[in-house]
Amino acid sequence: MTTVRITINGTAQQHDVEDRTLLIHYIRENSRLTGAHIGCDTSNCGACTVILNGQAVKSCTVLAVQADGEEVTTVEGISGKFNGLSAVQEGFRQEHGLQCGYCTPGMVMACTALLNENPKPSEHEIRHALEGNICRCTGYEMIVNSVRWASEHGDAQ
Amino acid sequence: MIPAPFTHVRVSSTKEASDALDHYGDDAKLLAGGHSLIPLMKLRLATPSVLIDIMRIQELKGIRREDGKIVIGALTNHVEIERSPIVQQYAPLIAAAAAYVGDPQVRNRGTIGGSVAHGDSASDLSGALLAADATIIVSGPSGIRQIPVAEFFLGFWTTALEPSDVMTEIHIPEASQSPWSYQKFTIRSQDWAVVSVALSGSRIVLGAMGEIPLRAEATEQALLNGASAEEASKLAAENTNPSSDLRASADYRRHLAQVLVFDALSESSSRI
Repeated sequence: MTTVRITINGTAQQHDVEDRTLLIHYIRENSRLTGAHIGCDTSNCGACTVILNGQAVKSCTVLAVQADGEEVTTVEGISGKFNGLSAVQEGFRQEHGLQCGYCTPGMVMACTALLNENPKPSEHEIRHALEGNICRCTGYEMIVNSVRWASEHGDAQ
Repeated sequence: MIPAPFTHVRVSSTKEASDALDHYGDDAKLLAGGHSLIPLMKLRLATPSVLIDIMRIQELKGIRREDGKIVIGALTNHVEIERSPIVQQYAPLIAAAAAYVGDPQVRNRGTIGGSVAHGDSASDLSGALLAADATIIVSGPSGIRQIPVAEFFLGFWTTALEPSDVMTEIHIPEASQSPWSYQKFTIRSQDWAVVSVALSGSRIVLGAMGEIPLRAEATEQALLNGASAEEASKLAAENTNPSSDLRASADYRRHLAQVLVFDALSESSSRI
């Protein structure tokens, strides 16, 4: 067991974990934040995407001990001026960028990281940035439109 | 999927990493970004009892120019390489190949050293580094060794790294004037290459056409003898040994090698 201190959505936390604990399990089971999903569990689908020290990562392929001392933002940690939703979240609502919603928390976090780095991405840049996030319902057209809506309507996070 | 139990040990210098490898022996593995190793551990294809976490060793990070070569620290991640103005200008093939690794989340975590040490023939950077005639710098019990990439890959997931070696740097000769191209065929954009082709100057390397990245020697020789790109690319699959798997048959890979070598020759000739 190792004691890890990870700041999640601005709140410092400390837990004793098995060294083999994956960050996604730490977030869901220790911190009880179940927004980030486990999809493929093989670093392909992106449903588990969170922002670690400003960068989008797949939390199924990061150990909690690797994130010791670092800062994590999950989908629960973003908000904004659209009735409490961030521009990316509102973009998904306006443009219907989801159907079943399973991939959505990961999509939202990958898009948030993209717009933080590049507030006005081209369509090619949006699609390139979402290579690591798989949706099996909608196709990607409306997701790309959602990101474009967010890009046109305000700050990411 | 959860890895088998192990003990995580963090080290903060190359010396500490070497000492830890010596101390823990064969059951220890180095952990950098973990994007090759952790998936293997989750599948229980790797079950090290100790992970020596080197990711916070600052001396192994960064990119600089030195004596006509680009020096990339082994712990430099793919996104830094992809975006580095130095790499883009002086080793453009490497910057391009880094941008094809996995997807943005993978490139944020994965490191060039980890990718190369994994020893997968389909790795974007392994083939590109062979085409670029790079050298792997290793710190081991007997001191510092310089291993040309041509001698680094020995077989499937097998490299010239010894159990107590720590990869420290990768040296790439400056090649800002050389024509280059990187071609990668995938089913989904984030996948490993079904076949890849890295071209730098007169060197052409095939990825996923055998257990290790392979020079397309017959094509290179034909071009030296004055063959056209069309003629030479037909020889691309000679002396290769591609496998058949879920993604492609060996025959399809041989076909792809010819097509992608032709595309690489066409693209690189437009960059002269």
